[in-house]
This record gives sequence, structure tokens and C-alpha cells, in this order.
Amino acid sequence: MTSSTTKPASSNSALFDRRPLHFDSKLPRNRLNGLFTFISGLFATLAVLPLVLVLVYVLVQGARLISLRLFTELPPAPGLEGGGIGNAMLGTVVVTLIASLIAIPVGVAGGIYLSEYAGKSWFGQVVSFGNDVLAGVPSIISGVFVYGLIVASRIFFGQSYSAMAGGIALSLLMLPTIIKTTNEGLKLVPNDLRLGAYGVGASRFVTISQVVLPAALTPISTGAVLAIARAAGETAPLIFTALFSAFWPEGIFNPIATMSVLIFNFAIMPYQAQNELAWAASFVLVMMILAANLLARWLSRLSKA
Amino acid sequence: MTSSHRPQSSTNGKQSTEDVCMSLQNVSISYGNFEAVKNVFIDIPDGRVTAFIGPSGCGKSTVLRALNRMNDLIPGCHLKGQVLFDGQDLYNPRVDPVEVRRRIGMVFQKPNPFPKTIYENIAFGARINGYSGDMDELVERSLRKAAVWDECKDKLQKSGLALSGGQQQRLCIARAIATEPEVILMDEPCSALDPISTLKVEETMHELKRSYTIIIVTHNMQQAVRVADKTAFFNAEAVEGGSGKVGYLVEFSDTENIFNAPAQQATQDYVSGRFG
Amino acid sequence: MTSDHGLRADALYTLRVRPRSEKLLDIGFRQLTLALASLVAIVLLAILVTVFQGSREAMASFGLSFLTTSAWDPVNEQYGAFVAIYGTLVTSILSLVIAVPLGVGTAIFITEDLIPSGLRELIGLMVELLAAIPSVVLGLWAIFVMEPAIRPALELLHTLLGWTPFFDTTPQGPGMAPAILILVVMVLPIITAISRDALNQVPIELRQGAYGVGTTRWGAIFAVILPAAISSIIGGVMLALGRAMGETMAVTMIIGNSLNFNLSLLAPGNTIASMLANQFGEADGIQVSALMYAALILMLLTFIVNVLAQWVVRRLSLKY
Repeated sequence: MTSSTTKPASSNSALFDRRPLHFDSKLPRNRLNGLFTFISGLFATLAVLPLVLVLVYVLVQGARLISLRLFTELPPAPGLEGGGIGNAMLGTVVVTLIASLIAIPVGVAGGIYLSEYAGKSWFGQVVSFGNDVLAGVPSIISGVFVYGLIVASRIFFGQSYSAMAGGIALSLLMLPTIIKTTNEGLKLVPNDLRLGAYGVGASRFVTISQVVLPAALTPISTGAVLAIARAAGETAPLIFTALFSAFWPEGIFNPIATMSVLIFNFAIMPYQAQNELAWAASFVLVMMILAANLLARWLSRLSKA
Repeated sequence: MTSSHRPQSSTNGKQSTEDVCMSLQNVSISYGNFEAVKNVFIDIPDGRVTAFIGPSGCGKSTVLRALNRMNDLIPGCHLKGQVLFDGQDLYNPRVDPVEVRRRIGMVFQKPNPFPKTIYENIAFGARINGYSGDMDELVERSLRKAAVWDECKDKLQKSGLALSGGQQQRLCIARAIATEPEVILMDEPCSALDPISTLKVEETMHELKRSYTIIIVTHNMQQAVRVADKTAFFNAEAVEGGSGKVGYLVEFSDTENIFNAPAQQATQDYVSGRFG
Repeated sequence: MTSDHGLRADALYTLRVRPRSEKLLDIGFRQLTLALASLVAIVLLAILVTVFQGSREAMASFGLSFLTTSAWDPVNEQYGAFVAIYGTLVTSILSLVIAVPLGVGTAIFITEDLIPSGLRELIGLMVELLAAIPSVVLGLWAIFVMEPAIRPALELLHTLLGWTPFFDTTPQGPGMAPAILILVVMVLPIITAISRDALNQVPIELRQGAYGVGTTRWGAIFAVILPAAISSIIGGVMLALGRAMGETMAVTMIIGNSLNFNLSLLAPGNTIASMLANQFGEADGIQVSALMYAALILMLLTFIVNVLAQWVVRRLSLKY
């Protein structure tokens, strides 16, 4: 190669600073570049750190308390040792189940309406906007609402605090997520599939229920799993709807213990036994929620493959 | 066809006396395990327009992007051989790709103005290249050179995205020349444009070759005939035992020779429209 | 068709004419989904009406001075929500001041090809899982682990900056500062996830354009990539602000729930949400109404922030 001396492309190139091609780590721009990379790496480390620390503490504090007794016994009276969180585990399952039984059918139907029927109609936009607003309503407000509507008015057989009221409060939080994921999941179903079904003379109902819905099953179930996981850990809507109970559940129209409310109540008690049960409940809750999240990720990966 | 093709550019009579701007010495480029193009030798003359032509998948864009280390942005992309520019191998580990791109500018297939004003689109590149002259004057001169001044002069403070596709592409050319590079790489700059815009961009290229070395990848053979002094024809062949195709350089010569008296049968077949 | 082929087909396919039941099912299903979808709007209205009705008594008694007075006195039935409103705004805004650079920086770190893709996905996954940890568990962790761990740092702040009114109390456990930090942990995943999506949507052509004129990686990030993604990032930050304002459990557990106003960030404070969580169960009479009034204010604040977030994303979004 004839090493051509760089001739100026135009008379103006004197106005640009030209340097040799070699990398010069002392250049301000390269120093800045390194500095920013370092800072962003530091920030990422700081962002990940809380998860690691929370997990480590929950594992260390919670796992050593895991025993059969934890699952089968009631919490001890204040000042006493031992006991378990059996009633709270059962209660979390009951309340979350009630919430799911309300929110999943309503949410999936709402999502179907938005995706398959609403089109760009004003009502569809109202529902869609309302759904976004509902998603942004603080969870404590949902508790206040259910308190005013159900607990204070005692509409369930004269009962005030109840598992039912707690479940309804949780379902309000699950609803927007399920509507949104259903709507988005259905919109991903190619239109050709719908046309194909109409083409053989299928009715709208048959098309939706037997062709479109099954095609979107994975994203919908992913959304449902995530919503259930989130609801299981919610506390704010439950503290004055489901309240708490030191006993085993006595039906869905009575107050019920849940793990999340147990953690809240026991964390601020000045007794070691209660504090330890709060850690144990956290361990169980976090494991359940992480498992649900990993399940959801696995589900969504399944649909991509 | 085998990999032993050695296009006879440097021994091609009168051209050997010209200054060489960039020289590819036995360049092979692979993405991960997939070899995209292999054993390319080209000496690109200074102050001329050189066109890369060939069917899809022949690696011509890959080779172009290798010339200013744009392939660095693609994970797993690896180059063997040497790309010499200004007496240095651009792939020497000590070379700073940022410095390379400041001296070897690029215009892309899709117009990609920055989400900034038209003025800032031009000034941005100049500023980071340490331009110390009159910015207003540079913006006007660059837009004029790219033949888009008349359409832009009244809306310099409007977003670059407000222009039409053809105008956007000429804005991108102006952006490239505003940094006063020594070489401008153009990767199918007209493929997203209508015929009238294409014509304007080609006129721009004729203007530009007075001051710059231009290397252009094009799908359009007429375009190569219209704008290029030299043309390199790439082709792809199936790999023995492999699934993909690997690109290689068939022939590199004066554009006139490539289109009227090609040395290789494959070139003859391609330029006469028999495949590709 | 009159051929006998057509006749035979008609005999075999008995549903050539749709039965009434099928049409009814079609219409019924549509109406059912419509009714259930309307539930969203109905619930939203019902929440508003319930909270508004509940707060009317307090509105009548205290009017707008509820917003600016800080008495919270069940004995004399005097209520003002200033401490809680102030606490809500200060904790949520300061938590964002910390979380935005952290979240956006993390998002850049895991989208801009600075580290191997395996590591990027791992960090992304961990941040997502952080979002799944229940608020009450973070509160527990904040009480027993985080607050004792950061107390020396807060004491140092007090020593250094104790002459300003913002740090002039000695840190003694729960307070605004630990509440802000736990809020940072809670909003970080939202900001990171939305910024990451926004950055991933910046087209490759734009990046190439920036590198093509010879920018460094961070030059391209600051000058081209971030500006192209900024509207989505701002929208995400607003959503995070709404979340921080309404966040209840972890804050309630660590903020100290003080009813007295104090400028110091190291002193205990209160937020609307934590006040509701603490007092609603045991309140009666006009206190319930005052709490409903506070809840209404919280709803309005989060509503405004969320609507603004959507507006920002729609209006400011670029053509990219």
C-alpha cells in the first residue's frame, strides 16, 4: 500500500481537530466514556443490590424457621413462644382464590370486549381509559372503597369484616392487569385466523371461543399468574376488609388471617416470636411469588418458541 | 468458482499509478460461525467513486461497513485480514473506531436523521469533530453541497423528521460531509427513494467526488454506470458442506470494463441481467 | 343450484340456515362481555362516589383549610391533612430524584451493549423480580435490616448538615429518610423496565447514524438515543411517581407515622396512604370522614399524575 499522506479534503479541514487513528485513553472523550460506563455499571449494581439483600435476609431469617409446625399451628398469643402460621397460609389461599374467581372471568370478558367488539368506539375508549385509571388507583384506596361499600354497610348477612370483602378488594387490583393482558394477547392473534373461521361460516361466538381465545391462551394465563402473584402479596386492601384472625378460618363471611397482614401486624410487635413468624411468612410468600413469576416467564417463553 | 479468485485491480494498467485511498488485503468477515464474505482484495483509488455491485447476500454491504468499523456494533462480527487506510490497519487493536468514523463518514440505506432540528443535525457531527469555524456557514455549505439547501433554508429550526424521504437522505449526506471526512461510504443510499430523489442524490454524488473519495453499494446497475469510476462485482457461492452462502469478490476494474468487457463470465451474466 | 349434487349437500348439512339459538348465543355473548367490561367504569365511578360521599362531612366542616392545617386531633375533632400531604409529596418526589438516575442508568447499562448479553438479561431479570417482592416484605426488611444499616450514614448527614432545617433532628429509627429509600427500591423496577423498553425501541439506524459521524458510545447515548426515547422515559417516571404516592405498606412500616409537622427528613413523618392504613380500621365519627377526604385527595393526585403520564407518552412521542 502506498501510504498516501492524508491530503486535506478541502481547505476547511484545518478547522477540525484531526488526530492519529490510534486509541488514546487520555482523550477527554474517552475518559468521559469510561467514566459514564463505570457510573452506569455502579447504578446497575445498586439497583440489583436490594433484591439480593432482601432475598438473602428472607432466606436466612425465614428458612431456618421452616418446620411442619409452621404449617399446622396457629400463631401464639403475644408473649408466648412457638406456634405457626397455618391459618394465615390457608387464609391467603382463600382470599386470593375469591379474588381470582371474580377478577379472572370479569377481566377476560372485559379484555374480549375491548379487543373483539369495541373497535374504536367511544365506549371502548372509555373502558380502556377507565382501566388505565383503575390500574393507577392506589391499593389502599381499594380497601377504603370496599370498607365503605361492604364492611361499614354490613351487606353480607350483617357481617362487617370478612374474607369475602378482602377478596373483592383484591379483585379490584387484579382486574386492570387481567383486562390489559387479555386485550393485548388477543390483539396479537393474527386477523387471518379470525377470517379463516368466519370463512367456514363460524359464528362470532364460536370464532372467539374456539379459535381466537385458545390462540391467546398463553399470554392470558401469563397475565393471570402474575396478577394472582401480586394479589397474594398485597396487604393494604386487606387490613380493614379481611382484617386478621388468630384462629382458623370460619367461613368466607368472617374475618380471616392472611400472610401479608400477619407480616404487617407481627413486624411491629415487640415480641421475638412474632417477629420470627413474620420472617417465616415472608419466606413462604416470597418463594410462592418468585415461583409464580418464573412460571409466568416460562409460559411466555413457551409461546415464543 | 473457488476462493482463489484474485481480481487484478492493482495490475490493471493506468490505475496502478493512482494514489490508493483504502486497501483491503485478504479480508474475510464472519458473523459468529457463519462466514459472510471471504478473501477480498481491493485497492480503492483516491478521489474517485467506487461502486460495489452484486446480488443480495453477496456481502457487499458487509464489506462496506467494515471500512469504517461499523460492524463493531453487530455482536459476533469478526474480520480477518487487513484494511489499510492512511498507512494503518484499521483493525489494529490500538485503533480507535471513533477516530476512524470521524475520517470515514457514512450514509445509510434508510434515511436516519437525528430527532433534532435540521440545523442541529448538521452541527452535531461538526461539533463533536471539534469544528471551530463558523457553524452557520458550515451548515449552509454542507446543505448546499448535498443539494438540499433550497428546500431547507427556511426551516432550519424545524425537525429533520419533517422532511420528505429524499430530503432526509440528502440531509444525511449533508450531515456526513459536514464533518469533512476523507472518505464517504454510501450503503444503497437511494434504495428507499423515489426516482426523482434518486436523481438528485446522484447529482449530489457527482458534486462530491471533487472533494471526497466515495464508495457506494448499489443494487442498481444503471446507477453504478452513472456515478462510478470503478466497480467491484461481488457474488455468492454455496459453501461445501455448509448451509449458507459465502460472498467473494469476482472482479474489480474500471466501470466501463465491468459493464462492457468483463473478464469473468459471472460478471458478464450479472451485468447482462441473467441473474441477481 | 338445482343440480342433484346441490340437493344432496343440502340434505347433509342441516345447519345451512342458522338456528335462532346460535344467533341468540352470539348476541348474548356480546352483551355479556359488554356488561362485564362496563364494570370497570362502574367500579371506578363507585370508588369516586363512595369516597366523595364519605368525605362530605369533613369537607363541610374543614373546607379547603384541611389541606393547609396540620392539626389531627380526635379529642377536639379538629383535622387537617397538611402533614400527610406534605409527607406524600416529599417522599415520592425525593424518592424519584434518587431513583430516576439509578433506573435510567441501569436501563442504559443493560441495553447499550456495554456488557455480555447473558449478564444483561440476568440484571434485567433481577430488577423484574425485585418488582414482584411484596411491599409488606420490603417493609419488614426495612425495619429490621435497612434502617439499622443506614443509621450511621444518616447520623453522618445529621452531623454534617444538621445546621439546615432538613437534617436538624437525630435519626432515631423510623423516619422520612428510610421511607424515601424504601420507595426508591419500589419504583426502581418500574423506571428501569420502562426506560429499557424505550431504549430498545430506538431504531438501530439512528444508532448507526450517530456512530457514523464519529460519536463515542456515550456521545451517541446522550445526544441521540436518550432524546429519542425521552418521552417514554418521562411517561414511565410519571407512572412511578403515581405509584410512589399511593405506596402504603412499606412506607407505613418505616415512616414513623408522626402527626406532627417536621421539616427534618430524619424525623418521623406521615403520608396519606400510611395515615389511612394506620387509622382507618379504628376511626369513627368525623375521623372516618376526614380520612375519606384525605383518600379523595390521594386519588386526585394519583389520577392527575397518571393521566399526565399517558398524555406525555402520546403527545411528545417522536415519529421513531
